[in-house]
This record gives sequence, C-alpha cells and structure tokens, in this order.
Amino acid sequence: MTVAIDRATGKRRGEPGQRPGRLDRLKHAYQKYWYAYAMIAPVVVVLGGLVLYPLVRGLYLTLTDANSLNSARTIGVNHIDATYKFIGFDNYADILWGDTAYDRFWAHFIWTIVWTALCVALHYCIGLGLALLLNQKLRGRTFYRLILVLPWAVPTFVTVFGWRFMLADGGIINTMLDAVHLPSPLWLEDTFWQRFAAIMVNTWCGVPFMMVSLLGGLQSIDSTLYEAAEMDGASAWQQFRYVTLPGLRSVSSTVVLLGIIWTFNQFAVIFLLFGNTAPDAQILVTWAYYLGFGQQPRDFAQSAAYGMLLLAILIVFTSFYRRWLNRNDQQLAI
Amino acid sequence: MSAMTVQKSAQSDPADDDAAATQPRGHGRRGLATTLASHGILTVASLIALFPIAWLLFLSLGPDKDDYLHPGRIWDKMTFDNYSFVLQHTNFFDWMKSSLIVSLGTTVIGVMVAATTGYAVSRMRFPGYRKFMWVLLVTQMFPIAVLIVPMYQILSDLQLIDNYLGLILVYCSTAVPYCAWLLKGYFDTIPFEIDEAGRVDGLTPFGTFARLILPLAKPGLAVAAFYSFITAFGEVAFASTFMLSDTKYTFAVGLQSFVSEHDAQRNLMAATAVLVAIPVSAFFYLVQKNLVAGLTAGGTKG
Repeated sequence: MTVAIDRATGKRRGEPGQRPGRLDRLKHAYQKYWYAYAMIAPVVVVLGGLVLYPLVRGLYLTLTDANSLNSARTIGVNHIDATYKFIGFDNYADILWGDTAYDRFWAHFIWTIVWTALCVALHYCIGLGLALLLNQKLRGRTFYRLILVLPWAVPTFVTVFGWRFMLADGGIINTMLDAVHLPSPLWLEDTFWQRFAAIMVNTWCGVPFMMVSLLGGLQSIDSTLYEAAEMDGASAWQQFRYVTLPGLRSVSSTVVLLGIIWTFNQFAVIFLLFGNTAPDAQILVTWAYYLGFGQQPRDFAQSAAYGMLLLAILIVFTSFYRRWLNRNDQQLAI
Repeated sequence: MSAMTVQKSAQSDPADDDAAATQPRGHGRRGLATTLASHGILTVASLIALFPIAWLLFLSLGPDKDDYLHPGRIWDKMTFDNYSFVLQHTNFFDWMKSSLIVSLGTTVIGVMVAATTGYAVSRMRFPGYRKFMWVLLVTQMFPIAVLIVPMYQILSDLQLIDNYLGLILVYCSTAVPYCAWLLKGYFDTIPFEIDEAGRVDGLTPFGTFARLILPLAKPGLAVAAFYSFITAFGEVAFASTFMLSDTKYTFAVGLQSFVSEHDAQRNLMAATAVLVAIPVSAFFYLVQKNLVAGLTAGGTKG
C-alpha cells in the first residue's frame, strides 16, 4: 500500500506493463489513492452539502417564478406550501432581452465592467507605485508601511461608515471643497458622483492588499539582476521594464485575478455606502441582492438567475484568463 | 515565505544615502530630490490612508448626532459619552457575542475541515486532482447572489434562520475552500523530505500529517484561521439577511441599525465603529506580515 508522492516527478505513475481488467484497475486505484481521497473527503462533503446542493437548488429556482408570495412560508402557526411553478428559461430570457432588459441588466452590466476595470487598474497602479517607493532604502519605511495597510486592517463595514460621514452633503469633504471654492458635488445622491465616490472608496480599501503583495514580489526579485542591468548600463526605466515587471509577473497575475473577482463581487462597499438609494450605482451583485431581498415582493427567481449569470461570467473570464496565462508560460500562483 | 523574510531582512539594513550612491547597487542609488519626492508621496498617501479612520475617531467624540456636519464644534465639547452610552444602553455586547460565535465557529470548522485537504493536494496527485483544484478556485468566486436565495430557502426549511449555526454553515461554504487553498500554499513550503523521512520511519500518511507536518504548519494554520475569522467577521450580506432579531446581529449588521428611516444616531454609530475597529486592527497588525505571504505563497517564490 503505497501513497503517491509524485511532486518530485510531477506525473502520475502509470502501469506500463500489462493492462489489468477494469475491476482490478479500480481496486488498484483504490489501494493507491484512498489516502488522498480520504483526506479530501471532508472538504468534498462540505462543498457538496453547502455549495453544490444550494447551487442545484438555485439553478432549479431560476427556472421557476418563485417570489416571496408564492414560496413556502410560515405565518404564525400556519404553514403555507409553495405554489410557484416551472417556467423554463423565461427568467433568463427576460433578464437578457426582455422589455426593459437594457435598464435592468445591461446598464448594470456595463457599469459593473467599468467599475471592475477602473478599480483594479487603480488598485494595481497605485499599489505598485507605493510598493516601489517602499522598496527603496528609505528612512521610516516600516512606519509608512504600517500606516498604509491601515485601510486593510480595519473591517470594511467600519471604514465605509467613516466615508459616509465624510461624503455626506455638508460633510468634511464638501466643506473642504467649499473652502477652496470648488464645486461641492452631491456625492451620495447624484448618479455620476455616486459612482465616482464608490470607485474612490473601493480604491482606498483595496490598495493596501495590492501594495503589500507586490512589495513581497519586489523583495523576492534577485538583486543581482539589478546589478547586472546596471553593469550593462540600463536606465532606471529599462530596469523597471525589463527586470522588475517580469519579476513580478506571477504575483501580478494572481493578485490581479483575485482583485478582479473580489471587485466584481464587491458587495459591502456599495451596499453600505448607498443602501437602496442609488439604483444606478448598483453593480450586478448588489442589484441581484436588491431583487431578492431589498424589495417587496422579493423576487427570488430573478435574483437567483442574476446570480447564475454572474457566476457564468466569472467562470468564463477565469477560464480565458488561465488559458491566456498558460499560453504565456505563466502559472497562477494560487 | 521563508525566502521572503530573508530577502526582507537582507534589504532593510539601515543604509546611508551617500554611501549607497557610491555603491554600484541599482536599488540604493538616488539623489536628494528623489528621496524628498518619495517622502512627499508616501506622506500624502499615509494621510489619505489614515484620514477616514482618524475622522471617525474624532467624530465619535462629538455628543450630538449631527456633529459630523459641523465638526468644528466638537473641539469645545469633546466627551466619551457616546462610548459609555454604547456600552451600557445598546446591544453592543450581544453583537459582540454573535460576531465572536459566528466568526470563531467558522474559523474552527473551516480550518479543521480544510487542513487534511490542503495537505492532500499539496503532496499527492490523484485522479481528479486538477478538477478538484478548479472546483476550489471556482468556489472562491461565487458571488453572494448565487447562493443567497437557495441558502435562505434551505435554512428556513431547516429552521436555521436567525440561528448562529445557520450563519456558520453559510460562511463555511466560502471559508472551507479558502482555507484549503491557503493551506496548500503553506504545506508546499514545507520540504517533502520530512514526509519521506516520516514514511521511512514507518508512519502512515495520516501519521506523517498529524505528527510531523501539522506541528510544523502552525503558522500557516494561524494565517488560515485569521483569514477566515476576518472574512466572517466583516461579512455583511448574509448576516443582514439571515439574522433577524437585534440581539443576534453581528457587528456588521448592528452598526447599520443605528441608522433607521426616522432617526440616525451617527455619534453612537461612530463610537461603536471605533470600538469594533480597535481590537480587530490590533489583531491584524500582529499577523499582517504572514498574511500576504500565506495568500500568494508560491507566487512570491517566482
């Protein structure tokens, strides 16, 4: 009974000689791998029960017209059975090309893409800039680093309330803008400024993670590479372009993917900043939540259908991203 | 991870700028102007990072609920009244209890369930390995919208709405795959020779894992535990949907309850926010050095 520690070779040990019958092969595989399967069993059980089962149920729900009026519920002592019925793909059709599909889905879709792209780009550029600054020999850089991770250290639900105080009409930001005779926008009411504020707050929250990750990446770049580049007379920009950026590739590809997933699914910032007051600044995730839990009657089926669409978008994106990385001979670190 | 710390300590030796300028080292050579500019940018960035928190702290000292609109008046009447009110007359301690039960419950279950899996995917290649890793990655990107409706229905079938166990189970759906990923990264940094030595000495794979690897992996387990703790602690959507009675709110939900349609006790809210933020950030600073290394382990190894 051996267990395959195949990391060293990286490939599975096949049986080159005779090919045994199916039952024997099964038995053999069982003997060889049962340790591995026993060890992953707890997670498989948890994922099956807590992720797969709800997912399948959610999938079924998207094919019905379930809402809070026809779902099973208990009022006092009376139990009312569910009366929703199967309607096939009507929900998806309605979301994607129904009467007001543009206002409901596509407008939020576009805004979600813009939001994700802008936020991740800002996170990455600001994070990289700060990481480069912190990677120099600089007096007090530990101190700077401690201050700069602060937005990450404090829970989002706390900091977002801080931002709400600051962004309120008459809050400190508008007071300061007034003081220097700049126009003071209605951050929490006007659609454009709501979006602007959301990106600003999310950037503020997300930069520390990028900064610290990229700093770790920078510190793992071999310093002899810089010395060699210097010998060859490379300028600072050339060193950055040809040593630093390639050295950061694998960290970057991981943190950018994580950043995209997290930003795309960012619930807390927008939900806590605006509540239900900003229909046009909602990204798809908060919009789906609003459909399912923020309105009466609650539209469970549509909300779940949005969820499935979101998951599909992310899975498609990640598959392409991984394929693209593999084509460029990079591996995802996670 | 160890590679990173070594690099860090190697580079952080205090260096004189002039001396660095004469050395042929790419990193250290820069002029006075660059140094000043670096300090300038870092100072501005630090102020931006610090300000919202400092402002929250400042506002929490103003006794009136509209003080956030005219902060200048706070200077004359600074008081800790908000804090004593929050601690004595609100459900603060109930919320703390809920937050701790839910977060610790998630942490314990998440880490315990995920540990063997992290080890298995780090050391063994079994049929279905790649698919399994892909599933773990995919579950990281579940938008809350995917699970929240079916979860709500399942929990209400099981009478687990407004129940700590219900929320813990929901959080485990994200914490478990998350911890498994993190722990795989950490186990990868433990030399395989240790396993082989254990095997030669006659330990089973389970024995190797329990007796040799698990004790070595304590820092990694701590990082996974901390990550699942703060994720569960800060989660908003599920908590505000599944917890109905105000004594069972977690902090994330309780904080919102200060602002209702008719009234907004923003001074109390600020004080509560500060009370929540201080211990969590203190805790965070204790472990922050390991955090990113844990999350992107492997990535930083290049």
